[in-house]
Amino acid sequence: MGHAYTPGLKVTEKILVTKNRILPLKGEVIVKKGDRVKPDDVVARTHLPGTVEPVNVANILGLPPEDISEAMLKKQGDPVKEGELIARSKSFFGLFKSECKAKISGTVESISHVTGQVLLRGAPIPVEVKAYVTGEVVDIFEKEGVAISTWGSFIQGIFGIGGETHGEIKIVVPDNTAILTDKLINESCKGKVIVGGSMVTADAIKMAAKVGAAGIVTGGFDDKDLRDFLGYDLGVAITGSEEIGISLIVTEGFGQINMAQKTFDLLRSKEGKLACINGATQIRAGVIRPEVIIPFEFDIHSKSTKSDFRELGLRAGSPVRVIRHPYFGQLGTVIDLPAPLMQLGSESHARVLEVEFKDGVRAVVPRANVEMIES
Amino acid sequence: MAKMNPEDIKVILATDCGSTTTKAILIEKRDGEYRLIVRGEAPTTVEAPFEDVTKGVLNAVGEVEELSGRKLLDENEKIITPANGNVGTDIYISTSSAGGGLQMMVAGVVRSMTAESAERAALGAGAIVMDVIASNDKRLPHQQIERIRHLRPDMILLSGGIDGGTTTHVVEIAELISAADPKPRLGSGYQLPIIYAGNKEATEAVKQTLAHKVDLRTVPNIRPVLERENLGPAREEIHELFMEHVMAQAPGYRKLMSWADAPIMPTPGAVGLIIKIIADMEGIEAVGVDIGGATTDVFSVFRPEGSEGVFNRTVSANLGMSYSISNVFAEATLPMVMRWAPFHMDERDLRNRVKNKMIRPTTIPQSMEELIFEQAIAKEALRLAFIQHKNFATVLKGVQQQRTIADAFEQTASGATIVNMMSLDILVGSGGVLSHAPRRQQSALMLIDAFLPEGITRLAVDSIFMMPQLGVLSTVQKQAATEVFNKDCLIHLGACVAPIGEVKKPGPMMNYKINIPDGKVEGTLEFGQMKLIKLGFDEKGNPLKAKAELDPLKGFDLGHGKGAKFETELSGGVVGIILDGRGRPFILPEDDNTRVAKLKEWMLELDIYPKKALERL
Repeated sequence: MGHAYTPGLKVTEKILVTKNRILPLKGEVIVKKGDRVKPDDVVARTHLPGTVEPVNVANILGLPPEDISEAMLKKQGDPVKEGELIARSKSFFGLFKSECKAKISGTVESISHVTGQVLLRGAPIPVEVKAYVTGEVVDIFEKEGVAISTWGSFIQGIFGIGGETHGEIKIVVPDNTAILTDKLINESCKGKVIVGGSMVTADAIKMAAKVGAAGIVTGGFDDKDLRDFLGYDLGVAITGSEEIGISLIVTEGFGQINMAQKTFDLLRSKEGKLACINGATQIRAGVIRPEVIIPFEFDIHSKSTKSDFRELGLRAGSPVRVIRHPYFGQLGTVIDLPAPLMQLGSESHARVLEVEFKDGVRAVVPRANVEMIES
Repeated sequence: MAKMNPEDIKVILATDCGSTTTKAILIEKRDGEYRLIVRGEAPTTVEAPFEDVTKGVLNAVGEVEELSGRKLLDENEKIITPANGNVGTDIYISTSSAGGGLQMMVAGVVRSMTAESAERAALGAGAIVMDVIASNDKRLPHQQIERIRHLRPDMILLSGGIDGGTTTHVVEIAELISAADPKPRLGSGYQLPIIYAGNKEATEAVKQTLAHKVDLRTVPNIRPVLERENLGPAREEIHELFMEHVMAQAPGYRKLMSWADAPIMPTPGAVGLIIKIIADMEGIEAVGVDIGGATTDVFSVFRPEGSEGVFNRTVSANLGMSYSISNVFAEATLPMVMRWAPFHMDERDLRNRVKNKMIRPTTIPQSMEELIFEQAIAKEALRLAFIQHKNFATVLKGVQQQRTIADAFEQTASGATIVNMMSLDILVGSGGVLSHAPRRQQSALMLIDAFLPEGITRLAVDSIFMMPQLGVLSTVQKQAATEVFNKDCLIHLGACVAPIGEVKKPGPMMNYKINIPDGKVEGTLEFGQMKLIKLGFDEKGNPLKAKAELDPLKGFDLGHGKGAKFETELSGGVVGIILDGRGRPFILPEDDNTRVAKLKEWMLELDIYPKKALERL
């Protein structure tokens, strides 16, 4: 296949970002096209149907299911309060009474004469969708949500945990090779998106969560620390819903790996600016990568002129990063792309390329094991 | 397209639209037999920016055109039918697992009985079962309702009760589903299909409970009596609904359906079909495994006590070699994976490597060390998937069995597995790590270490994963499907001969005499030893057969009883005959140095990895 390479992650100074903000169920959109929004502004809301509590009235009252109508004090659609009587059996000469009370407040959804079961539906649960980024509402999807656009710097991570959040960028390490430890984090990091270098330790994440930092962006992260921090081994890469009080975005991979110089320089140049980040990652069909968006004011209707570097494909001179051992994490430039399949050290035959690393050393690696990076 | 007589079909074009790649194959009848001519592939185009599956199909067919020289598409990019000379095809067929495949929820009354029968029906039809809801699944009703509401399946299969039994429980489940008001995964413009396959006496009540909320279909009871399953009607309805709803909602599938000459099948359903057909034609017992990036499917046909072939399929949703590789580690545990590696690795480094494969799933092992490590993980993924399969492929649970005094001493309970490794005839592996291993011996050893076959078992791998296309082809032209399966799809590796039994100290376990074309090979297999005897193919490409006299010593059994000598025929292949003297149950030496030494000894004997690499590591 002509495109047997990994396209690589986007790291760009200026791009028009559009985010769809969609409700889980149909509801109400509360902004209009052209509105300016901030990350915490609510753009749409709806109500999810309330929780359902089944009550087996026939069992509780000791009646055959077909007889429960006579015992019911409430009928379908009636509102009920928690603890309120909903059914009472006719007693034997008035001596023994069996009663059935509502376990939740809500309405009587159904009464079954086959099973003797009564379903109570709780109050609807409100759901709100926020803007997530600073920007302009460019599209309205009736009853479903909106699209928000903004110009901004954009960094795609390789892996993350935690959901959407935002905060000012704060660089706490001297360079992209430094390790972010708990010693570098203090109260001044509260509400901030902290940027580290080659790795973040588990203690540093715990400290960041403790002081109330919004998120961390780092080059690498140790899997052992991930397990220690989450308290379980992450089996499948579907993340974003962890409730850990902080979002983490890893830009390069697992282990200690320097954050790409370009990524680090871009973040450093934006220190003090608002960053909207999301750790959600999904690596199955419909890939979602974590992201850092640094919005800025610019006419959203002006066209982006720069083409996507990934569309050009892999060619001699393309800057690449090796993404598997034995050269994992090294950056270099493609020297040659020989057409025939070549035998690897593992004896597999694969399409390869020759790459020259920064230190002048050359190596042959499978094309599948490199990803393109922006020059 | 007009229907053709099966015997008139000379040219066949078939595609499988996978979640990442669409694969097309061209089959032609030449010199009286059907053979694979070429294969082409292209990225699947279900997701944005294309959102039309047919684009990927056309690209893959385009590659087939280029490679075969046969013109298949006209100027309007339509498949040309029927074939005329070097233009067009007689039929076009397809399978699909794109867009996440078929995702189902099943429900029944008793977890180990009707709910399990429903699960079997759904899995057999090629579905991914997202959850099984049962009256006794230990969840409270409101938890079950929450679960149903959040799942968003493509369809639900509801069963429960035997015909004429109590109706209450199954109607109760219907009420829970009604309360959850589940929505279909794709599109909001249609109602969620629910198939009711339970107690026929409860049909009316289920209709009253659900009919106004969902698209309710009724089929005969999946478990009309406790002693018998009737999965066929439910499976057929699942396929109907898959076409009607799931496929019709996915981008471009309406067009694809209009092109195809047979209903589009879910990929795993088609694989199961071809395995069942092959097993039934030869009257043998077969296990097939497909290990992918995210999931591992196991298919089996067994004939307990000489009965008709019983087909089972399981999907281990989170056991795979890329997306789910980290989960294999989490489930198997590090020591279990590393026991297969003839070297030591730092745990921190190892964990990071696994996670890096998970987040960059398309990378391949470049060094020998990485390959060995990846194959070690594959063995554990396969082993775990097979354990799940054995636990699922059982005789029907809840059935009272008539026992004789003799049976009372055998602890075979209701619900015992029907998987019998001793009577298994063939083990077929499929999926990247098995099909594309640099040496075929590696595939053979992965299958042996993971499945631990007993007695005599043929081993094979699927060359280029065309079982799905052959499965759907079997519904139209069975002969073509089976011929291509045997000639072009399967790569025969050879046979594994593994006596069962164990000893306290090393010593002889089997004497053998095998007549291979170069002469007679005879010797003694020691306990803890592995041997390879080369036996390849005849001039027509069929695996050679060798007459063998096998004499397991006292305490060891090859299926004819302990210490029973017998004559048989062994099949050859790319690898040959593997004599596995490691005993069953198989236990690796506990001492680390002995374990590494043994692994290296076996790997060198079977020529699994280069000697130099093993010495270096």
